[in-house]
Amino acid sequence: MATIKGKIWKFGDNIDTDVIIPGRYLTIRDPIQMASHTFEPIRPEFVKKVVKGDIIVGGANFGSGSSREEAPFVLKTVGIAAIVAESFARIFYRNAINLGIPLLELKNASHLFSEGDTVEINFEEGIIKNLNQNTSYQGTKLPKFLMELIDAGGAILAVKQRIKQKKSS
Amino acid sequence: MPTIAEKIFAAHTDEQKVEAGQIVNADVDIIMMHEMLGMRVADTYKELNLEKVMYPDRVVVLLDHWTPANSIDVAIVHRTTREFVKKYGIKNWLGMTEGICHQVIPEKGFVWPGALIVGTDSHTCTYGAFGAFSTGIGSTDAALLLAEGKLWFKVPDSYKIELQGPVPPYITGKDIILKLITEIGLDGANYQSVEFHGDAIKELSVDSRMTICNMAIEMGGKAGIIEPDEITLQWLQNRVKHDFNVITADPDANYSSELKLNINALEPQVAKPHSPGNAVPVGDIQGTKIDQAFIGSCTNGRLEDLRIAAKILKNNKVHKDIRLIITPASREIYLQAMKEGLINIFIDSGALVTHPTCGVCLGIFGALAPGEVSLSASNRNFIGRQGSRDAQIYLAAPATVAASALKGQITDPREFF
Repeated sequence: MATIKGKIWKFGDNIDTDVIIPGRYLTIRDPIQMASHTFEPIRPEFVKKVVKGDIIVGGANFGSGSSREEAPFVLKTVGIAAIVAESFARIFYRNAINLGIPLLELKNASHLFSEGDTVEINFEEGIIKNLNQNTSYQGTKLPKFLMELIDAGGAILAVKQRIKQKKSS
Repeated sequence: MPTIAEKIFAAHTDEQKVEAGQIVNADVDIIMMHEMLGMRVADTYKELNLEKVMYPDRVVVLLDHWTPANSIDVAIVHRTTREFVKKYGIKNWLGMTEGICHQVIPEKGFVWPGALIVGTDSHTCTYGAFGAFSTGIGSTDAALLLAEGKLWFKVPDSYKIELQGPVPPYITGKDIILKLITEIGLDGANYQSVEFHGDAIKELSVDSRMTICNMAIEMGGKAGIIEPDEITLQWLQNRVKHDFNVITADPDANYSSELKLNINALEPQVAKPHSPGNAVPVGDIQGTKIDQAFIGSCTNGRLEDLRIAAKILKNNKVHKDIRLIITPASREIYLQAMKEGLINIFIDSGALVTHPTCGVCLGIFGALAPGEVSLSASNRNFIGRQGSRDAQIYLAAPATVAASALKGQITDPREFF
């Protein structure tokens, strides 16, 4: 995938899926309406200010807690283009990739950037550059088969492509 | 030598032997889904024009999170779930009256030692209490598994926890797991299969073992597993129809981490807001005023929990400033609790007894107002989990919750033993 560039929103350790999207909003049928509650418990101003293409930088264990895929889904819906964290909780990691959100694991991530910094990420190389501070860091590259899912735009689109290829071959 | 996780994954792939770190495409014995089927999985199916479910007999579906429907949106989710079940011929539809999935699935015989089980719920790790490997997945993975019959997994490293007893009489699984999460940290076992060993585990009831495995996810665990013994096999008797072999770890199995903990002097634990890894001995925060007390959920709505609560509440009254809500985890438990007179004791004490549902644990009802304090025998005290983001949630075992409901403040349950 191409390199992406965006502004950073900083979060701490153990950002759980309940604070990303509280359980009581999961049955809202309209995605935009559901996503209007993103991060409501801890940063109610987030949805008003987030811009398409923004990037989240978190600490350890990002996305812990419930298996709700709505957590990465609302982040995607509000326009988050990528998530960088020191580590990801397991189920969130799978769910985000399935939805086509690129992830980068980076040691010490929450201490390397300031809120609002612009960063450029090359996912093929696993390299993130901080354009404000003129620094560059090497993160953990996604395994190839997961990178392919991201490139396809998520697991659903990857399966769609596979079905299409089967039909045409 | 292989761990329990490695052995179970090897048995569910074409490979003779698998090792931690390896990516495998595995056959799954049971896939459990609740409202998430109607919320997202069904949409994915529609989007992909998928025509069938590969193994409809391996799929178990029930409704438990928003039951009975409390809004039109929820009613639509429930209807979508029922329609999907019919359209694709799902064999095991349990409706919305059986109770909370993680209690009902083992009760109905869908869990056996050595099984590989997934569910659209993070607390699916509960079934490890019966020696199964079980883990939570999201809705896209669930849809693709339904369609293709297999799912990819990274075979996890294993974390060995050895618990030494004897277990004090007032201690149950909840106190133990809160202590462990606090010791290990919220991500201390991330991506790993947590095996619980030691003489203390053997002393515990199936109910307490389920509570421990249930909360393995709160330390990041992909699964929590306990080797089956006589107590397990007796519980499973007359429930499981599937053949099984008990799988145990080799004595020299490779573990990525190990922890030994002696719990013979463990005090009742209370996890402070806003993390299950914030546990302290109850004495440290004794006297903290509470507004609501809750006993229930997939963590603490079992018979052992209700019996202990009834023992404390019998011939006593819930403090006048407190509301105590009790939710039996399943219909089976509810019926047995009625037979034993527990429900009478609860109602006499002034508690509100609800039908089996996940509701209160995730704030669907029994929600907290800003500034209110809840003491909850459930699994998560994250910000906003049970209502207002300005509410405070403490987690504890049912004994501590029952004792505290009588006093109106966090109370050491040992004075009732």
